[in-house]
Amino acid sequence: MAATQEEIVAGLAEIVNEIAGIPVEDVQLDKSFTDDLDVDSLSMVEVVVAAEERFDVKIPDEDVKNLKTVGDATDYILKHQG
Amino acid sequence: MSPTNHTVVVTGIGATTPLGGDAASTWEGLIAGKSGVKPLEQDWAADQAVKIAAPVAVEPTEVIPRPQARRLDRSAQFALVAAKEAWADAGFEAKAGEDPNIDPDRLGAVIASGIGGVTTLLDQYDVLKEKGVRRVSPHTVPMLMPNSPSANVGLAVGARAGVHTPVSACASGAEAIGYAIEMIRTGRADVVVAGGTEAAIHPLPIAAFGNMMAMSKNNDDPQGASRPYDTARDGFVLGEGAGVVVLESAEHAAKRGARVYAEAVGQGISADAHDIVQPEPEGRGISHALQNLMDRNDLDPAEIVHVNAHATSTPAGDIAELKALRKVFGDDADHFAVSATKSMTGHLLGGAGGVETVATVLALYHRVAPPTINVENLDPEAEANADVVRGEARKLPVEGRIAALNDSFGFGGHNVVLAFRTV
Repeated sequence: MAATQEEIVAGLAEIVNEIAGIPVEDVQLDKSFTDDLDVDSLSMVEVVVAAEERFDVKIPDEDVKNLKTVGDATDYILKHQG
Repeated sequence: MSPTNHTVVVTGIGATTPLGGDAASTWEGLIAGKSGVKPLEQDWAADQAVKIAAPVAVEPTEVIPRPQARRLDRSAQFALVAAKEAWADAGFEAKAGEDPNIDPDRLGAVIASGIGGVTTLLDQYDVLKEKGVRRVSPHTVPMLMPNSPSANVGLAVGARAGVHTPVSACASGAEAIGYAIEMIRTGRADVVVAGGTEAAIHPLPIAAFGNMMAMSKNNDDPQGASRPYDTARDGFVLGEGAGVVVLESAEHAAKRGARVYAEAVGQGISADAHDIVQPEPEGRGISHALQNLMDRNDLDPAEIVHVNAHATSTPAGDIAELKALRKVFGDDADHFAVSATKSMTGHLLGGAGGVETVATVLALYHRVAPPTINVENLDPEAEANADVVRGEARKLPVEGRIAALNDSFGFGGHNVVLAFRTV
């Protein structure tokens, strides 16, 4: 069953918390991974791989650079989840 | 004093070892004659011939925040814990630049390990095989590279004068400290954070060292297994951890009113050119390093009262070192209180030179030589060549200037001797 927007944000929050130590409540749609959430380029790869596994989605490397905010990632996952 | 021959002093110390999570608890353990060796509890130990090791007393993840810890190899975690302690102990309140007492362009870092990020490499290879390419951590390369501990310590303190990683197996930590002394002596830096680290308690290194017949298989008596100079010694016990010191030019230390533990007098280095792993049995290469130390530094043999020996508890190596001390120093060796602290910490490989420098500096500072534990039957060849501090710690002369040596030797035939002196 496809995840809802809310479920995706909650899932991303758990992933970002695990990787960058940011409190889950701070992970909001408008937050930038690099500027607001301490996710650098290497850690972004970890976030993407964890999200792929959790939401059964493929996020090719060339699309990762477009995922600036939590909202970008959430929209991408909503559109592409299996 | 010539501007290119600065006196170097030790102004900060830090450690995380099988005896304690900092330098003070490590020193207490050493003086009390405590063993850090334990049975290996991991499932994989069941298949191993060697089922004992000396793990750190305090897990680094108890002090390093999780997001930072998960992108550091265990060896870099140890180095960071010890370096932060040493940095604060030296009286610095923030990284270079933020603390006005230290210019980042005049600060270096030299942290070595013998093996590098071996647990990261092996764990990520397991991930590759079990879960596939996509799951290999993007942090793998910066975690496993051997300069990772040095680079991460350099980042933490803001070192811009140079960050280095000499590699010479079990002499690596000592070589790092020797390199750092030279950086200050020759004017490249005012302050250098230097030491050694190692994290290799993993089934592959244990199987490999075990198959070389280099390690003790005294699994029934873990605390008695590391027994340098005892006739029943049968190899080293693998330890893990880090020891780091802050080295500083005497002028720089005086200018900021820093506490000085000891002078870092200098180093003597040589190579055996004998065998890739076996020590030269008469200690010829070691003698050469000791002679270099005396020839190249202003050190009087009469001042030397203590040696923190390399002594790993192997049949050949322990004696070769004592023969070399006797050969180079003759009757002066009679007043060397020789301590083999690996009897308590196990052998930290590339971390050994760091931890044993901390022990040597504290021995001078407190004027006490730690004991060599587990010597029930002293090897007659040890007795003939040296005064081994056995059983209990021994007081060193309470007055006058005293000096001590810290020996480290590594597979490959590397010999590094460091000298320290009270101020």
